[in-house]
Amino acid sequence: MELNFQHLQAAHCENGVTTNLLKHIGVEEITEPLAFGIGAGIFYIHIPFLKISNGPAISFRTMPGWIFNRTCGALDIPIERKKFSSKEKAQQFLDDCLAKGQPAGCQVGVYFLTYFPKEFRFHFNAHNIVVYGKEGDNYLVSDPVMETVTHLSSYELERVRFAKGALAPNGQIYYPKPGKPVTKERMQKAIKKGIGHASWFMTETPVPILGVAGIRYTANRIRNWRDSLGPKVAGSYLAQLVRMQEEIGTGGGGFRFVYAAFLQQAHAYIPNDTLLEASEKFTAIGDQWRTAAVQASGIYKGRLTEQKDFNQMSDYLLEIAEKEKQAFRLLYKMKW
Amino acid sequence: MKSKDIPQDPSALDKFTREVCYAVGEDGKYVTGLSRGWEVKADALGITWEEAEQRIKDAVQKIQSGEASPILFYMEVNLMDMPTIAAYTGFWQWTIKRHLKADVFKGLSDKKLQKYADVFSVSVDDLKAGRLIHGA
Repeated sequence: MELNFQHLQAAHCENGVTTNLLKHIGVEEITEPLAFGIGAGIFYIHIPFLKISNGPAISFRTMPGWIFNRTCGALDIPIERKKFSSKEKAQQFLDDCLAKGQPAGCQVGVYFLTYFPKEFRFHFNAHNIVVYGKEGDNYLVSDPVMETVTHLSSYELERVRFAKGALAPNGQIYYPKPGKPVTKERMQKAIKKGIGHASWFMTETPVPILGVAGIRYTANRIRNWRDSLGPKVAGSYLAQLVRMQEEIGTGGGGFRFVYAAFLQQAHAYIPNDTLLEASEKFTAIGDQWRTAAVQASGIYKGRLTEQKDFNQMSDYLLEIAEKEKQAFRLLYKMKW
Repeated sequence: MKSKDIPQDPSALDKFTREVCYAVGEDGKYVTGLSRGWEVKADALGITWEEAEQRIKDAVQKIQSGEASPILFYMEVNLMDMPTIAAYTGFWQWTIKRHLKADVFKGLSDKKLQKYADVFSVSVDDLKAGRLIHGA
């Protein structure tokens, strides 16, 4: 059985799943940047003391599941979201969804995801896919980061749905239910809400590891990494930063380009030129993140080894923090 | 980033897909383009794997010198840190730390070894005999 579901490739998995599932219930206007912006996916956090894969715990995106929840919430679309402790029940629920004609979003771990090559298989549990059919023992899978659709056997799917460790998916399944049609006014409201949320979060939260302050925190840490960790470990910390920022699923520049695209698309709904001004700022900021990544690569490739190179890296991030502060303040203070 | 500057460097992505990038087109409007990869991040991924290989080598050495049990090797091969292996086996982290010692490992029951064997997809006999299989 194969449901009538359109696979569209996206930069980021949760944006893609959200977009494709919303399109499926008739919200034609939705695009990946709109889902990302309305869901206030843009983010920054550097959690001190915690280590992920023996490196710093840094994230450029919000908590898994929140983009979908917020986007549907802001568009006034009811959702279904379920977690399971029993593998059998999780599979039964999925089969029931498919029998009803409902494609379902699933949170999965990447480590056992068979269609990923080994190089990309880490214990990362917040990947998202859509299951849109079943043929014999094979589930038909639309993975938004892939160019084409693929499939997983029921055992393979169970394994990734019940991956364990940090952010364990617990068989989590979700989908939007058909609600009221999305009007232009509803879309405008949702865009405002998303921008309000992200700009508040990035600049106004009084926590020194979150948002713009978090970027500054990372910058200041980097200055000490060469002395406190040694050039080799410091290099691998920077490699981790670059992977979080650029690796498949970010659209590049730590999601800043997707956000700039969102602001441009938002302008079509709310013709306020501040949005375009902010969009240009975020494009420049995304470019700067990439400049910083090039500097970082010089360090982890062992080409740059001196303290002044770490200082330069740190200065790049401080500059980015300042620019992001200005850009988000512009949005936060915006008169609609 | 301009759409004509979307990097097309060969990378491990070539094995399964190209990825979507957002970039500014000729007229200043955002467009999407597909990328084969970017050298900077391919290197970052490479470093991460080099490190993983080094950790496996270190583990082998520790096992051969009698410092550690084969569990350490399989942990590293499976890229598992303490919280991850604890979640997969159901053992407490401090229990696993004990099991990593060679002499504690010798006294482990088959039942406990079976849990590790299942997670690592090897047989209990392989574990017991200390066969270090680095396949997949």
